[in-house]
Amino acid sequence: MAETRLMTINMGPQHPATHGVLRLVLELDGEVIVKAVPHIGHLHRGVEKLAESKTYHQVIPLTDRLDYTNAMGNNLGYVLAVEKLLGIEVPKRAQYLRVMMAELQRIAAHLIWLGTHALDIGAMTLLFYNFREREEVLRIFEEVAGGRLTPTYMRIGGVSKDLPDGITDKIWSFVRAFPDHIKEYETLLTKNVIWLKRTQGIGIISKEDAINWGMTGPSLRGSGVKYDVRKAFPYSSYDEFDFDIPIGSVGDVYDRYIVRLREMEWSNAIVEQALERLPQGPILSDNPWVALPPKDHVLKDIDALIRQFKIASEGFQPPKGEVYVSVEASKGELGYYLVSDGSNRPMRMRIRPPSFLNLSALPKMIEGSLIADVISAIGSIDIVLGEIDR
Amino acid sequence: MQLLYLLIEIIVKCVVVFAGLMIVVAYLTWFERKVLGHIQIRFGPNRCGPFGLLQPFSDAVKAFFKEDLVPERSDKVVFVMAPMISIIAAISIFAVIPFGNQFTIPGTEWVVKLRLADIDVGLLYIFGVASLGEFGIVLGGWSSGNKYGLTGSLRAAAQMISYEVALGITVVGVLILSQTLRLTEIVRLQEGGFWNWNIWYQPVAFVLYLICGLAEINRTPFDMPEAEAELACGFNIEYSSMKFALFFMAEYAHMVTMGALAVTLFLGGWQPIIPQLSFIPGIVWFCAKLFIFLFFFVWQRGTYPRLRYDQIMKFGWKILIPLALINLLITALIVSLKG
Repeated sequence: MAETRLMTINMGPQHPATHGVLRLVLELDGEVIVKAVPHIGHLHRGVEKLAESKTYHQVIPLTDRLDYTNAMGNNLGYVLAVEKLLGIEVPKRAQYLRVMMAELQRIAAHLIWLGTHALDIGAMTLLFYNFREREEVLRIFEEVAGGRLTPTYMRIGGVSKDLPDGITDKIWSFVRAFPDHIKEYETLLTKNVIWLKRTQGIGIISKEDAINWGMTGPSLRGSGVKYDVRKAFPYSSYDEFDFDIPIGSVGDVYDRYIVRLREMEWSNAIVEQALERLPQGPILSDNPWVALPPKDHVLKDIDALIRQFKIASEGFQPPKGEVYVSVEASKGELGYYLVSDGSNRPMRMRIRPPSFLNLSALPKMIEGSLIADVISAIGSIDIVLGEIDR
Repeated sequence: MQLLYLLIEIIVKCVVVFAGLMIVVAYLTWFERKVLGHIQIRFGPNRCGPFGLLQPFSDAVKAFFKEDLVPERSDKVVFVMAPMISIIAAISIFAVIPFGNQFTIPGTEWVVKLRLADIDVGLLYIFGVASLGEFGIVLGGWSSGNKYGLTGSLRAAAQMISYEVALGITVVGVLILSQTLRLTEIVRLQEGGFWNWNIWYQPVAFVLYLICGLAEINRTPFDMPEAEAELACGFNIEYSSMKFALFFMAEYAHMVTMGALAVTLFLGGWQPIIPQLSFIPGIVWFCAKLFIFLFFFVWQRGTYPRLRYDQIMKFGWKILIPLALINLLITALIVSLKG
């Protein structure tokens, strides 16, 4: 018999289905994957190091760009960490606004995931439907925060702006229409035999393995682990909202897909509750050392003007110490570890990116399966390289 | 004199059919993008001329002016030949498709038959040439010296062989009914209204033909050799400029021939729906029926995800071929019982 050799194939960093600049080195026996090694670092921008040379407020825009599909959620994690360091309270209205925006962002992020995942498997039409709904979310962000992809909406101690006039109607109309859109996606995919063939039983990762590899978020819940930071360690008043954590059973691509679809529905429900129960009151903490004074005060009052100038130029000095705060981002548990040396800049900011740990479990899922399954599996763990490389 | 006229007729027909096919192919790309665009809540091409109608021409101009790269490590002769094989095979199939009956040139007695060649083994010729066209894809991917291309062409080889078997067996059902391989004869036997069309006598074969046809022309649920998500375009990954365009044209020409063959075998070719409508020229009927298939090919591309390679093979060998065989058996049984 002739001697056979394994074929090494380099998938990425420029490849239509590796979601950015992931590079996978695959060793193939025919079409079967013998070994898969992910290589990262092509999108490294040094966010953690950059943060050390910026004041606490200036770091917020950097976090927008970590997982660029989930800017609001990233903001939220960071400001919560700084607030914990400072020990300040955030007004209820600001907390509700944060939750509302973070959940809208989760819907938008999951829509991108669904579209690209379906496109990878060949169902290209869904992407456009998803982007239609995502556009509505982004328009809401644009009106609320002024930005679409990177809104930088959260502030330390609250949020940057209150809701503009008329936006609640737009959010309501989105929230009411969205469940029907999910049904529309499901008719295209969930009931499609080809889709089921491509997702069921593919990229299986067991409960134990998923925990051992440190997976979090929908990718972990797809394996049947009921862990969600929003429920386990509630932050920003999440304990006042009524929602469930959808979980899968097998831990295959299909389960992760269903979990994310159900999560979008629950996010939608949370936005609805936040809208219904939105309390009145200030949107920014009244701590004079941290929060910028209101603009009309600045224009009339010299004290306020000086405070504005001081906070904008040199920031504030939190006490010495270190904190770790994690939030449920759209991809999983996003953690911020901040060390303060008492100056106006973080001495060290370490980010625990959910995609990084989810990606590390990818070889476990795909070894022994076919090339086409790699694509389904990468899509199903929903990685964003901006967050992995930071 | 007669011979000269005949020669002129053949040359004119060749030119007309070739030009017509090329225009159909060019506008099929436009049509596909337009339909997909509307399925996907977009507009599709609309910048180049009214409704983007000049888009195919600007694409052609672009393809001609692109740099034509031949990879260092490729097998250069085969690499250059592959797109030619593809396009030649795709075009020459059309030679035997009867796209209309015949007409007399006014003022003379000269009868023009609306087909290039009416050979008595038409169907065999089509299968022969069509499988020749697959060589283009297999050789193209293999010779480009690229691992994605190689994988694509391996898939192409396996997929096309297995689906061609199913396609062949499927069509035999129609052959048993019509007792001839001559395509014009098959069309004539379906004369006299839509109830005489083969689709009613061979419904299973018709469905199987459509599925196998999709696999044969590499359309979406079966677009394994290309699989743009996983193989980054597969066999044509290293092709650029006009060579790439040739592959593209071959694919669309193949789509047209698959549709035309379906019309001929199952939908009565150029025959009108009911005999009373026979004042409308046959070629109009033919084009209208062809259009239905072309729309179907585009439509399902906007709807379905892609199957996996091994699932396609299983589907082909374990479901399609047995079904085709059963269909063949039943047809043969009925025909022989009827005597």
